[in-house]
Amino acid sequence: MTSPYPMASVLGILLVALTTAAGLIWLERRLLALWQDRYGPNRVGPFGLLQVVADGIKIFMKEDWIPPFADKPVFILAPAIIMVTVLMSFAVLPIAPGIIISDLNIGLLFILAMSSLAVYGVVLAGWSSNNKYALLGGLRAAAQMISYEVFMGLSLMGVVLLAGSFSLPAIVEAQQKIWFIVPQFLGFVLFLIAGLAEMRRTPFDLPEAESELVAGYHAEYSGMKFGMFFVGEYLGVILISAMMTVLFFGGWLGPVLPPIVWFLLKTFFFISFFILVRAALPRPRFDQLMSWGWKVMLPLALANLVVTGAVVLAWR
Amino acid sequence: MFSALKTIWYVFLHAFQKRITVQYPDEKPYLAPRYRGRIILSRDPDGGERCVACYLCAVACPVSCIALQATEDEHGRRYPEYFRINFSRCIFCGYCEEACPTYAIQLTPDFEMGEFHRHNLVYEKEDLLINGPGKYPGYNFWRIAGVQIGGKDKGQAAHEAAPVDLHSLLP
Repeated sequence: MTSPYPMASVLGILLVALTTAAGLIWLERRLLALWQDRYGPNRVGPFGLLQVVADGIKIFMKEDWIPPFADKPVFILAPAIIMVTVLMSFAVLPIAPGIIISDLNIGLLFILAMSSLAVYGVVLAGWSSNNKYALLGGLRAAAQMISYEVFMGLSLMGVVLLAGSFSLPAIVEAQQKIWFIVPQFLGFVLFLIAGLAEMRRTPFDLPEAESELVAGYHAEYSGMKFGMFFVGEYLGVILISAMMTVLFFGGWLGPVLPPIVWFLLKTFFFISFFILVRAALPRPRFDQLMSWGWKVMLPLALANLVVTGAVVLAWR
Repeated sequence: MFSALKTIWYVFLHAFQKRITVQYPDEKPYLAPRYRGRIILSRDPDGGERCVACYLCAVACPVSCIALQATEDEHGRRYPEYFRINFSRCIFCGYCEEACPTYAIQLTPDFEMGEFHRHNLVYEKEDLLINGPGKYPGYNFWRIAGVQIGGKDKGQAAHEAAPVDLHSLLP
């Protein structure tokens, strides 16, 4: 079920993803302001929409400075790794019937693999900055992403069991009767938390933690390299939101409206939810984060997998 | 976990609350009449300068931003030859207003004094003088003070008795 015009799909998805990621900077600032009784950026253009353009011009004009003590090739490579790995994941994302770049039969595993690779970007950025705060940020990122990836994968196995396939379009099709949020509610909650941690956003932004680590792994970055980390982060938000839509909320399925509109609506709902969570929750301590991951979430994910497996076995 | 959900819900409810932001240039905030902003020199109800160039404001000023030079006119009235306030130094503490014995120097509820060049923040007497009495409408120092000036002899001020004729006190 690959798209009839592959190049058009690739360019379209790339363009939409990158524009949305840039637009999210505006959306996030406006929404955070909304929940903090403020207005947010509303001066540049209608509703402050051109703020994105202004920020873009500014960040391109900024001095792109590489510290003399940094490990130069790795320092330059790190932001690219983040961008590339996140963008790769968009390749297997089914947006609507026919709008997908590549329908891999192991699409879900591919996304998990790519999100694991994204850790390298963060760790290498922290390492090559040659700065103790950056390194601490990188260390935290590595520990956090490894421990949260374990049950992120496990929490999705329930969905895979129910759908009987790793291919994302097949998972969407399997939700014709009922969205997987109902039979897999625990899996959904686990995936939500793991996704938050995987995106490295508040409340799980310990790798950057402004108040303790200055800015963690991107403390030494400036100009568009810093911008790449940011766009990478926002792309990650879009990706996780889109994955929640696809895996638990029936992807493009929905009445009346065309499939693509349903997909975008659901995705934006989750993006807004992630911003709301950022507005509401404080950051836990690092040891709390780790013990929460290994001692609570992992057993829950395993239990969810075992119970789902048993029910599916009994059903057949 | 439950408290986290509750927090998220309460934060969400803030979407429907009143905005705290005052959209400043479009929407001016209310400033109290006694707000300490731009400094002015007022005139008495007759239109004369109230300032008697006593230097008390310059002495009281903690950042020494007031400079003036006293002089006298043909009637013997003291007034400042020049009166200069450097607003790039002024901290708007209001001590000059408190020190002023003639209500001449007053602070007003205006703070929009931005300039592109620092030297434009030095206000001369022409910039400071206004055409009214400011916060004290009926007050005229020279009509109350017992000081002798041209056109007003001793004992001619309001609420003032004529001076005692010393010769009448002789035994």
